[in-house]
Amino acid sequence: MNARLSKLLHFVAGDAQADRVVPPTGYTARLTVFAAASMAFLAVFALALSLATGRLADRWGEALAKSSTIRISAPADQMDAQVLAVTEVLATTPGVKEARPLSQDEQRALLEPWFGPDLPLDQLPIPRLVEVIEDEEGIDAEGLKARLAGEAPGAVLDDHARWREPLVRAANRLRQLGFVAIVLIAALAAVVITLAASAALSANEQVIRVLRLVGARDNYIARAFVRRYTLRALSGAIVGTLLGSLAVFLLPPAGDQASFLTGLGFKGWQWLWPLAIPPLAALVAFLATGQAAKTVLQEKR
Amino acid sequence: MIELEQVSYGYGAGTLLSEISLKLAPGSFHFLTGPSGAGKTTLMKLCYGELIASKGRVTLFERDARQLTRDDVAQVRRRIGVVHQDCQFLDHLDVAENVALPLTVSGRSLSDESELEDLLAWVGLSRQRAAKPPELSGGERQRAALARAVIMSPDVILADEPTGNVDWDMSLRLLKLLVELNRMGKTILIATHDMNLIRSAKAQVQARVLRIANKTVQHAGADL
Repeated sequence: MNARLSKLLHFVAGDAQADRVVPPTGYTARLTVFAAASMAFLAVFALALSLATGRLADRWGEALAKSSTIRISAPADQMDAQVLAVTEVLATTPGVKEARPLSQDEQRALLEPWFGPDLPLDQLPIPRLVEVIEDEEGIDAEGLKARLAGEAPGAVLDDHARWREPLVRAANRLRQLGFVAIVLIAALAAVVITLAASAALSANEQVIRVLRLVGARDNYIARAFVRRYTLRALSGAIVGTLLGSLAVFLLPPAGDQASFLTGLGFKGWQWLWPLAIPPLAALVAFLATGQAAKTVLQEKR
Repeated sequence: MIELEQVSYGYGAGTLLSEISLKLAPGSFHFLTGPSGAGKTTLMKLCYGELIASKGRVTLFERDARQLTRDDVAQVRRRIGVVHQDCQFLDHLDVAENVALPLTVSGRSLSDESELEDLLAWVGLSRQRAAKPPELSGGERQRAALARAVIMSPDVILADEPTGNVDWDMSLRLLKLLVELNRMGKTILIATHDMNLIRSAKAQVQARVLRIANKTVQHAGADL
């Protein structure tokens, strides 16, 4: 382990003299830095998307799982009796933290977007709604349905499972797509850096010929290129990550009723995640350039 | 040290060198001559492992060149100093860095920085130590290439047309440097088509002349 660490430190510290054997300029250098910065910038957003959709899935899942609604349809003269029966059932149901019938005003507010503000609720056969807030353990939905069927035949329990599941499934799929995007970005970075390194190696054919002439091993030549491209990718990725993180930070803040878009970003310790991007980019560059150098040097035998 | 046995080499379908046998003994001094395109450079490249013979066997320091890995070739090159006709420098490095390049790539360093200065003074390039190769004249480039070839204190020095781009005075100066190296025990092989240079060497060193003709090497026979 110590030997590996020492090797890594030696690689990072480098050999100033050895570094100079490769010409310092060239468009591939700028290309690599730009590509690494761009990829890191995109990776920050893909990461933010993944984490945000993860939070969204959790939030939807938790919020909807902890509440349910009982809808009571009954003739007007039996409605109050059925509501009373339902609240009595709920009062003795394990897992119910709080239960209350929605008031006329609350039901009117719910229907207002469709029917306007002056809806005469008392004259219409509108079902009454009872909101049920569950405790940590939750209710036994099937057991409650059976009890309601006996005590209040007009009451139907809606535990939100029917439309909660597709929402959570969609959010989880989005989270997975975010991670797939990160993997694709890493792969694309590897491709771009490989192409840049291969182009640099080909453009420096004369340098390679001279180095071989004076007794340089292929490892030495490869290391000079690999180190340079790894450090370029690292520096580009640091810039891209900083800019990406800043852009995420400057997104409109998420309120309590955060919608999908305003919720995009990092929360708390999640801000540490982008820190993994520059070392990851450097690792990708290290492996990609190493492979490119090995291939090109073998071809130039 | 370097031995070729029945070696043939060709580019594409044509044969350039055919069944050549040659032995460079330690401390020997050889000239390799012949018309342009006869295969002098190719023969030199076979001698330092740049090319692999199509047929026959090339032995470099008791090892079959065909069996050498790239790392082995690199190791062999540290024992063979090569002076190319076109010199081949890294143009972004200065003269001193180019001359010290064999040390740099082998992870070694001079025990004393003054050794590099002495070497540059020996080839007359002290004043040009900070210049870049494109700023040098033909003769200066050849002398820098010679300094680079000897900095590792190699056993063999192969010089391919080292006087090809320089005037007569500079040719003599380069020859003198090579003769000095031979007196230090180095094995020297110089490819040249300059017969005057070969004649000039006569007074200074016992050299053998090898002539490439009709795809093979003919020993010119008499020592100069």
